[in-house]
Amino acid sequence: MPQARTEERSAKEQIARQIRRNIVTSTTAAGSGHPSTSLSMVEVITQLFFGGVMRYDVKDPHNRERDRFVLSKGHGAPGLYAVLAEAGFFPVEDLATLRKLGSPLEGHPNMARLPGVEASTGSLGQGLSMGIGHALGARLDGLDYRVYVMTGDGEMEEGQVWEAIMYAGNHGIDNLTLIVDHNKYQQTAAVDEIQPLDPLDDKIKQFKWETTSIDGHSFDEVEKAFDWAVGIKGAPQAIVANTVKGKGVSLLDSEPGKWHGKPIPPEEEAKALEEIGA
Amino acid sequence: MTFGMSRITLDEGDPTRRAFGDALAEAGSDERIVVLDGDVNNSTYTMDFKDKYPERFFNVGIAESNLVGVAGGLAACGKIPVAASFSVFLLANAYDQIRMSVAFPNQNVKLVGTHAGISIGDDGPSQMGIEDVALACSLPGFTVIVPADAASTTAATHAMIERDGPTFLRCGRPKVPVVYDNGDSFEVGKANKVRDGDDVTIIANGIMVAMALDAAEGLATEGVEARVLDMHTVKPIDTAAIEQAAAETRGIVVAEEHLAWGALGAAVAMVVGEHHPTRMSFVNIGDTYATSGKPDQLLEKYGLTPDAIIDAARRVLKD
Repeated sequence: MPQARTEERSAKEQIARQIRRNIVTSTTAAGSGHPSTSLSMVEVITQLFFGGVMRYDVKDPHNRERDRFVLSKGHGAPGLYAVLAEAGFFPVEDLATLRKLGSPLEGHPNMARLPGVEASTGSLGQGLSMGIGHALGARLDGLDYRVYVMTGDGEMEEGQVWEAIMYAGNHGIDNLTLIVDHNKYQQTAAVDEIQPLDPLDDKIKQFKWETTSIDGHSFDEVEKAFDWAVGIKGAPQAIVANTVKGKGVSLLDSEPGKWHGKPIPPEEEAKALEEIGA
Repeated sequence: MTFGMSRITLDEGDPTRRAFGDALAEAGSDERIVVLDGDVNNSTYTMDFKDKYPERFFNVGIAESNLVGVAGGLAACGKIPVAASFSVFLLANAYDQIRMSVAFPNQNVKLVGTHAGISIGDDGPSQMGIEDVALACSLPGFTVIVPADAASTTAATHAMIERDGPTFLRCGRPKVPVVYDNGDSFEVGKANKVRDGDDVTIIANGIMVAMALDAAEGLATEGVEARVLDMHTVKPIDTAAIEQAAAETRGIVVAEEHLAWGALGAAVAMVVGEHHPTRMSFVNIGDTYATSGKPDQLLEKYGLTPDAIIDAARRVLKD
């Protein structure tokens, strides 16, 4: 298993810009999808795949010793696909086929069709349970791989998430890290208007997890959080990543409640890409 | 692959859930097998596996959604997860998890639902899995098995584990009569002809197979020779056996301990309608939930008896 890729800060920032660009262009080309949901997770997934966190082998994507990333918030698929393409699981040009007939880049992730996708998701609340299964698999096989699961904040309204949190905490599953992409908005309104969650880290902590709350767009804080998580023994770890829905594109992040599940119109695309700077 | 039943020695009339538990513990020497429990292992009999292989047994608590999701993750690691709970809680409570973690990615997860049907008795309708076969059959790629007795459940358990792909095995709570002799065989997807006859065919599974045999004896006293097919595999269904029955007998009765919609009756009717239309009638719970009561009282009340099958056969044979 190759060592994790550890890029310099400037390189990571460039990769993050490239991922943002591909999120925008792929969803605008598709004419549908969730760019704002994807843009909020960019620094976290960049750090996972390019910051020395995850070990993976794009030539052997099912290597049993690989670390796993499960995107439970499956509507963030454009972000997942962009980072997988950047990492080399498939050609970047394939991102243009997002949501098109025949493409394995479906509207939501399909593990049976695309290498690098560890769980089929899109029905919210289920990825952490699947991640626990992967984590228990490491225990059974005596392997030391780690499992990273990302949920959305609105997704924390699903009861299954808390079944899984209870189980992982009670059983001290410490090769498991949950990242909550806390971008504060769900489909129709702010999370605070629907089901206020905060203080989310304290809630999770009550289930015998170790938790931390960070700025999910600061590479400094994201890097430190993963270093911290890897060092925890005997308990699963949760990182509440405070993020901005639509981060990096003013059209979206100035009105984060307005753009759920909406691509950037073609006439706005050039300005968005200019702002991203890729 | 055909699984002989000769190696199985069971006390006459064991519950199918008991046979499943024994077979699972026996199959457990295969280290790929992991068992997931929703804290009902002394009801599903996965406790025997738990005692033998505690490191591969996970009681996730009363949380069927998480149970199925975890099973999906373990399957992705190459394990053979056997997820067992009461049929209604597993199939109905965790249906979307089964869809997302098992069926849609076509994962090698084995779902075993016990306490199926109204024959659980006193506990009442909230505990009765009577929609479970329809729910499982509706999932693309699923194999659905409803064995008739202990010996065939043992064989079905081994066959399910050998066979790659998502599977639902349905077991019951009460003791059930012995249908099979030592030496009979069991093959997934292939009906067992447990009685020959050329006048009418009774296609049944689960506890209704023994009743179908009783009904056939009763019909024989009227000079009607009934063929009885144990259609233990509802999906994939044995199309050839159904076509043959439709061609060689004057009609088909389908008997199952399930609601009317979407299970064995529907599966047989699809084959009959497309390949060899013939007269049919159906014995099932109908379109209603049951009540509490003793198993025999409930089976009588909801029309799951040999007499009900005989009546259905008479309807089919009526000019």
